[in-house]
Amino acid sequence: MATSVLSRQLSESGALVERHWQELNTRRRLYTFLGLALLVLTLCASLWFANDSNAGKFFDRLPHFFDFVGDLVPRDAMEIVRAMFDLPSPYDDGSFKYNYTDGRLYFTESLYIPEYFHKMLETVNIAIFSTVVGVFFGFILSFLAARNLMPNPWIRGTVRRLMEILRAFPEVVIAGFFLAILSLGPIPAIAAVSIHTIGALGKLFFEVVENADMKPEEGLRAVGANWIERVWFGIVPQVLPNFTSYFLLRLEINVRASTIIGAVGGGGIGELLRLAIGQGHEAKTIAIVILLFTTIFAVDQFSAWLRRRLVGDQAFQLAQ
Amino acid sequence: MTASTKPSLLEMQAIAERHPHLLQSSSTKRLKTTLIGIGVMLYLVFSWWFFSIGHVLANANWGIAGTYLADWVSYEVRPEIAIAADGTMALSYARNSPLGTNPNPDWVTLEKKTVTRTIEAPAAAQASKPKGSSSFNFMAPNAALGESPTAQAPDRIETRSEEVVTRALIAFDRSTNIEVASGVVKATHGGETLIMTVDGADTATPQGPLPRWARQKRPGEKITLSFGLTGWAEVEGDEVSIRNRFFGWANFLFDTNSPFFGKPYGEVVSLIVSGERIDPARSNLSLAWNNILYNAEWQHLDVWTKLLQTIIMAFVGTLFASLIAFPLCFLAARNITPNFFANQLAKRFFDFLRSVDMFIWALFFTRAFGPGPLAGISAIFFTDTGTLGKLYSEALENIDDKQREGVKSVGATPIAVQRFGVLPQVLPVFASQALYFWESNTRSATIIGAVGAGGIGLKLWEAMRTNSDWENVAYMVLLILMVVFIFDSISNALRTRLMGRKTH
Repeated sequence: MATSVLSRQLSESGALVERHWQELNTRRRLYTFLGLALLVLTLCASLWFANDSNAGKFFDRLPHFFDFVGDLVPRDAMEIVRAMFDLPSPYDDGSFKYNYTDGRLYFTESLYIPEYFHKMLETVNIAIFSTVVGVFFGFILSFLAARNLMPNPWIRGTVRRLMEILRAFPEVVIAGFFLAILSLGPIPAIAAVSIHTIGALGKLFFEVVENADMKPEEGLRAVGANWIERVWFGIVPQVLPNFTSYFLLRLEINVRASTIIGAVGGGGIGELLRLAIGQGHEAKTIAIVILLFTTIFAVDQFSAWLRRRLVGDQAFQLAQ
Repeated sequence: MTASTKPSLLEMQAIAERHPHLLQSSSTKRLKTTLIGIGVMLYLVFSWWFFSIGHVLANANWGIAGTYLADWVSYEVRPEIAIAADGTMALSYARNSPLGTNPNPDWVTLEKKTVTRTIEAPAAAQASKPKGSSSFNFMAPNAALGESPTAQAPDRIETRSEEVVTRALIAFDRSTNIEVASGVVKATHGGETLIMTVDGADTATPQGPLPRWARQKRPGEKITLSFGLTGWAEVEGDEVSIRNRFFGWANFLFDTNSPFFGKPYGEVVSLIVSGERIDPARSNLSLAWNNILYNAEWQHLDVWTKLLQTIIMAFVGTLFASLIAFPLCFLAARNITPNFFANQLAKRFFDFLRSVDMFIWALFFTRAFGPGPLAGISAIFFTDTGTLGKLYSEALENIDDKQREGVKSVGATPIAVQRFGVLPQVLPVFASQALYFWESNTRSATIIGAVGAGGIGLKLWEAMRTNSDWENVAYMVLLILMVVFIFDSISNALRTRLMGRKTH
C-alpha cells in the first residue's frame, strides 16, 4: 500500500506543493547551516582574540593551572579553621600570612567576633539594606511605568527610560564616583547596588502590575476612589506576593553583587578575599571562600524556600 | 422613575453592624502589617548606625562631587598669571593644557612691553631661574634672547630685556571677567565688582567687602572666586590661577601632538581628501586615522579593544555554558533520568558552580591565566553552567509528557524520544534563557573586569582612581550603555520571536 501511495503520479498542483515544500526545506537547512557556520566562525575569532589579548596564553598556562591549585593548600587543615575563627596559629612569624588574631572585633574582654564573620555580616547587610532601598523606589516607580495604571505615555516612557539607565549604568562607576566623594567604606557599595536594584526591580515590578487583574481597580474607580486609593487597595494586594518573591530573588543577586563591589573598594568580605588571593595567603583564602560559599548557598536556599511558599512553583527565573 | 433600591445610610450602617467580619480585616492581619512596618523601620535605624551613614554623609565633600560631575561633560583651561613685585606679569599654561603647547585663546587679552632688567642673582640660583620667567613659555624663545651674563662672581649681575605682560584681561563669559594690571586684580561677576591688591609676594587683600562668590579664609591668604559653571579662580599674592571651564570633550579626535590638532573640520577633511602629504611615508587619511586611534588622552583604540573584550567574554562564556549545561540538564531532570542519585549529583554540582560565584571564579582564573579576557570567559562559563543548568532542568521538569509518551509508544529509541518528544518543547526556552544571560552577562562582565578579569572594567576603574579623567569615564560609560542597549534589543527581539510575545 505504501508503495502504491509513493509511486502514484502527482497532479500538477500536487507536484507544485511538493516542490515548494522541498524548496522551503532546502532553504531552511541552508539558513541553519549558515547560522551555525557564522556562530562557529565568530566563536573561533572571539577565542583567538581573547587568547591573543590575555596576559597569559591559554595553552601556555594550562599545564600550570593546577600549580595554582596546589599553591592554595595550607600547611595543615586546622589552619583554615584558625583563619576562620581568628585563633592563634603555631606558624605565626609576625607576617600578614598568619596574623589571624589581629582582626578580632572585641565585644567584651574575652568575647569577640572573628574578622571574616564580621565582614561577611557587613556584606550581607549591605545587600539587605540596598535591596530594601531598591524595593521602596522600585515599588513607587513601577506603578508610574505600568501601561494599565499610567495612561500618560510621556510619564510612562520617562520612567521606563530612567529605569533602563539605572539598570544598565555600570555599578563600578557609581561605586567609584561615591568612593571619590565619601572615601572608603560601605556606603559607595550601598549606593551602587541600590541604584542598580531600583532599575532591575522596577522593571520586574511593572511587568507584574501590567498583568494584574483590573476588576478590583474598576470597582474602586466606580465608587470614586482616587489614583492612590485605586493602586493601594485594588492592585497592591494582588501583586504583593510576586513583589515579595522578586524582592527575595534580588536579595540573592545582591549578596553576590555587594561581594564584588567590596572587592573594588567597597569594603566587606570581597576586599579581604581579593587581598588574600593576591598575596597568596592560602588558609585565609580557603576560609573566606568556604564562608562566602556557605552564606550564598544558605541565602539562596532560604529565599527559594520562602518564594516557593509565597507564589508556588512559578516565577523562578533568575532575572538580573 | 422607579423606587430607588439604594438603601439609606442608616440601613447601610445596620448591615455593616450585622456583618462586621466582612468589613474589618482580622486583627492578626492588621497586627502583622504594623509589625512588619515597625521591623523595617527598626532595621533602617540599625543600618543607619551600623554603616554610620549620618557621619559619612556629613563629612562628604559635596563641592568636589559637583566638580567631578561637571568634569564628565566639560574641561578646564588653566592659565596661571605670575605677578612679580614690580607689578609685571607672566602668563603660562599647565603642561598638558588641552589647548596645545602654544595657545593663544581669544578670551585672553594681553598687553605686553619689553623691559630691561638688571638682576642680581647668586650663582647657585642660576640653575633655577626666577619662577616668573621660567614658566613664561608663552614667548619663551624670545625671552631667552636678551640674556647676557656679565660677571662670573659669586653674586652675578645680569642685564636682560624681557617681554612682560602689563595688563591681562580674561573673559569667562559676558558678565564675568578678571582684569589684572599693575598689582590690582579686578574681578567682575554678575554685576558685582571686587577689587583686590596683590603685592607680588604673599599677600592678597580685597578692597571692600567680599561678594557672595568670593571667599577668603584669613586676611592676606588666597581668595577663591567661584563663578559657577563657567569656572573659578584663585588670587594669591604672587599668582592668579584661572580655571575657565568649557562645555564638551576636549581634543576628542586629535590630541595636541597631532598635525591635525586645532584645525576646523572643513580643513581636516580637505587635507585628507586633497592636501599635501604631511607625513611623506603615508597618506593623510591613514595618518589621521592613526592619530585618532592613538589619541593620547582618549585612547580610542584601547577603549574599543577593551570593550570588545567585554562583549566577547559574555558571548563566549554564555555560549560554552549553555553547551555544557545542555547535556547535563537531562541528567538533572527527574522526569528524564529517573535516578535519584544522578539527579541530586547534577543538581548539587550546578548549585556548587553557582554558589562559588562569578567573582570568586574570576579571582581564581585571574591567578591561573593572568589578567585578561580568558579569566573572564572562564568565570562566566563556570557560573552560568550552574545557573543555566538549574534553569534548563527546571524547564525539562515542567514539560508536557504527552509528546514523549506518544513518541515512546511507537517504539522509538531513547535518543529519538528526547529528540522528537522533548527537544521541540524546550529548545525555544533554552535558547531564550541563553540569550537572556548573554545580555545580562554583557552587563556583569564590566564589573568582574574591575577585579582583573579583562575587559573595560579595569580601564574604567583606573580612569576613576586618578579623579581627573572623569570625561574618559563618561566616554566609556556612554559606550557601555550603547552596547548594552543594542544587545538588549537584539536579545529581546530574538526572544520574542522564539517565545511569542510573552517573555520574562
